[in-house]
Amino acid sequence: MDAKQLYEMLKKVQEPKGYYFNKDMDMTMPLLESLLTNKERFGYMACPCRLANGEYEADKDILCPCVYREADVQEYGACFCALYVSKEFNDGTIEKQVVPERRPPEKILF
Amino acid sequence: MNDIKVYALSTCIHCRNAKKYLDECGVKYECVHVDELTGDERKKIVQEVKERNPAVSFPTIVIKDKVIVGFHKDQIDEALKED
Repeated sequence: MDAKQLYEMLKKVQEPKGYYFNKDMDMTMPLLESLLTNKERFGYMACPCRLANGEYEADKDILCPCVYREADVQEYGACFCALYVSKEFNDGTIEKQVVPERRPPEKILF
Repeated sequence: MNDIKVYALSTCIHCRNAKKYLDECGVKYECVHVDELTGDERKKIVQEVKERNPAVSFPTIVIKDKVIVGFHKDQIDEALKED
């Protein structure tokens, strides 16, 4: 699978839930490529913007889409990576900001 | 030379963008891709990041005594200005 195929596949599932891909393709495409890189490295699509442990059980919270996405999109209009965003974020009706890390550092084990 | 240090992940877009910006600013920096480290070296560097940024998030950019968490152009500009 390539990033474009992953894009099409996920878009169909995520958009109806209210999560849109960042319309800035210079963000979205490299992030999708990084998800595929992580799939190759770990066997699962760990968040590319976080330090994965490399063990499935220990990285469950950061399997993309991560468990922090809901709260981050609600509060900031974007997930930590800014891969998934709200409609308002893409429409430019909310201010874009750097999303602070919500994952507790204790989750980093290795 | 070691005035600027970037703790990054090889897969992270914010890290990539931050490095690109530092390149555009024409400054030299040392970059560590923490996800590519293993064992004791990784532990040591994670500890180093934790001391500067307790959230252990990336990028963590150290410019002299300033720590910038995440890619903030304005904070980078500010820190570079103080050179």
